[in-house]
Amino acid sequence: MRAYEMKTDNALKQSLQSGTFTVTTEIGPPRHCGGDYIQQQGRMLALCADAINITDNQTAIARLSSLAGCVLLQAVGVDPVLQMTCRDRNRIALQSDVLGAASLGINTILCLTGDHQKFGNHPEAKNVFDLDSIQLIAMIKAMRDEGKFLSGDEIKVKPDIFIGCAANPFADPVELRVLRLEKKINAGAEFIQTQPVLEIDRFQTFMEMAAQRGLTDRAYVLAGIMPIKSARMARYMQKNVPGMLVSESICKQFERSTDIRQTAIDLAVEQIKIVKQISGVAGVHIMAVAWEEIIPEIVDRAGLYPRTRAVPRVAP
Amino acid sequence: MIIAERKPFEEIQSMLQSHRSILVVGCHGCVTICQSGGELQTQELVNLVRLWGNEKNKILNVTWAMVERQCEIEFITPLKIGHPDIDAILSLGCGVGVQTLADLFPALPIYPGLNTKCIGMISPGGDWEERCQACGNCILHLTAGICPISRCAKSMLNGPCGGSQAGNCELGDGRPCAWALIYRKLEQSNQVENLLHIQPARNWFTARDGGPRRSTGRS
Repeated sequence: MRAYEMKTDNALKQSLQSGTFTVTTEIGPPRHCGGDYIQQQGRMLALCADAINITDNQTAIARLSSLAGCVLLQAVGVDPVLQMTCRDRNRIALQSDVLGAASLGINTILCLTGDHQKFGNHPEAKNVFDLDSIQLIAMIKAMRDEGKFLSGDEIKVKPDIFIGCAANPFADPVELRVLRLEKKINAGAEFIQTQPVLEIDRFQTFMEMAAQRGLTDRAYVLAGIMPIKSARMARYMQKNVPGMLVSESICKQFERSTDIRQTAIDLAVEQIKIVKQISGVAGVHIMAVAWEEIIPEIVDRAGLYPRTRAVPRVAP
Repeated sequence: MIIAERKPFEEIQSMLQSHRSILVVGCHGCVTICQSGGELQTQELVNLVRLWGNEKNKILNVTWAMVERQCEIEFITPLKIGHPDIDAILSLGCGVGVQTLADLFPALPIYPGLNTKCIGMISPGGDWEERCQACGNCILHLTAGICPISRCAKSMLNGPCGGSQAGNCELGDGRPCAWALIYRKLEQSNQVENLLHIQPARNWFTARDGGPRRSTGRS
């Protein structure tokens, strides 16, 4: 039994609560103001996922804002997940955005600390990090449950937010990663999207340790799935991306492949089937960075149709 | 202590190009220890400026002086006497030293010859590393004596971000992840569970965010 009471009413919550193996995915907003891109992607993915994240200036590159992206998604009948990082906004701006999002019916927020600006196209920028992700989770929980700003001031109309966070089972040391997950859940996280599972043994260890501490009974874990675009990408992530593990067998599989697209789909489908068997995994979060068109086939081949909403909700 | 490093000589040249008589002031304090504004470095820079002046056929009169602590007005006041003809001062002190000189010589342009980097200490590798951001509200007793405000690139208070790998910060250049260090230290003393305590949002008013700070030395 899930030990907590759901606070919000949205497709992601409903799917997780029903015990259905849940699917989320994400769209990276464009580096321009052509919002139709998000709506095209949203329409394409509407039937594949229970909710779709809009990333928040990911890798510290300035993009169309997450909040605007969520509004655009809603307009095509998709339940958005607002990603919110602490890099660019202080507590005043974050709370303002929580209220703004809730006023627009955007009631699922993924709380992140945020990539360092060094990795983006404005490394000279001043970063904020007034809060970290755990403090952000706790702040939103208090806004929702106690109707209080971080200052202690009262919020007359409380935002009804379903609170999520990320977890990285692949960074070191794994014990600390489990502890940090526990801390996020203690702070108020209700669902977790993990970094891409490309090293299944480590993920299994992480999930076992999380289950031992009772964490999988207290929050929903969505395992990250990332279709790999090329053998080079696999090697690059294995060698160069901090906090990522990619198993040697996956790298070799892509280096031998003569049909990368097919290999990517096969691997993603296989990963989904494996994580589905792991106790405590409530669903998957598919991250196909700039390769979203591959997602419907993965969802289909993994036997994950239909999703909660067989027909997309039409916006009023 | 305060860590500083000398500005590139080209930048110093561009600062000094319109001047004819320059006083270079070094400091026997922190910048002597970190070898950026001590006597040796001051002499070296004076020689460079003189050479450059000769090459450019500029008549450059370069004098120099060392003071005990450039950050204290009492120590630099003697400079008022004996340098009547100078038209600019180049400070090889920290940012405080530059400002103290600017106070003492209100009519002269004062140029910073150093970039003040941080409050830090020397690492085993021989580099000077940041250890404190003077945030005004010390929590080192909660973090195993390792400062996450200054040593975590995101000043995180509740554990490492997802980019920490093999004990290293995702920013690279051999920087350790502060939280990996804290974790290892707590592990040694069997206090890892302490990390479960959620550090609430911090009061940054005691840091630079509350405006310029002042203190009586007591609370």
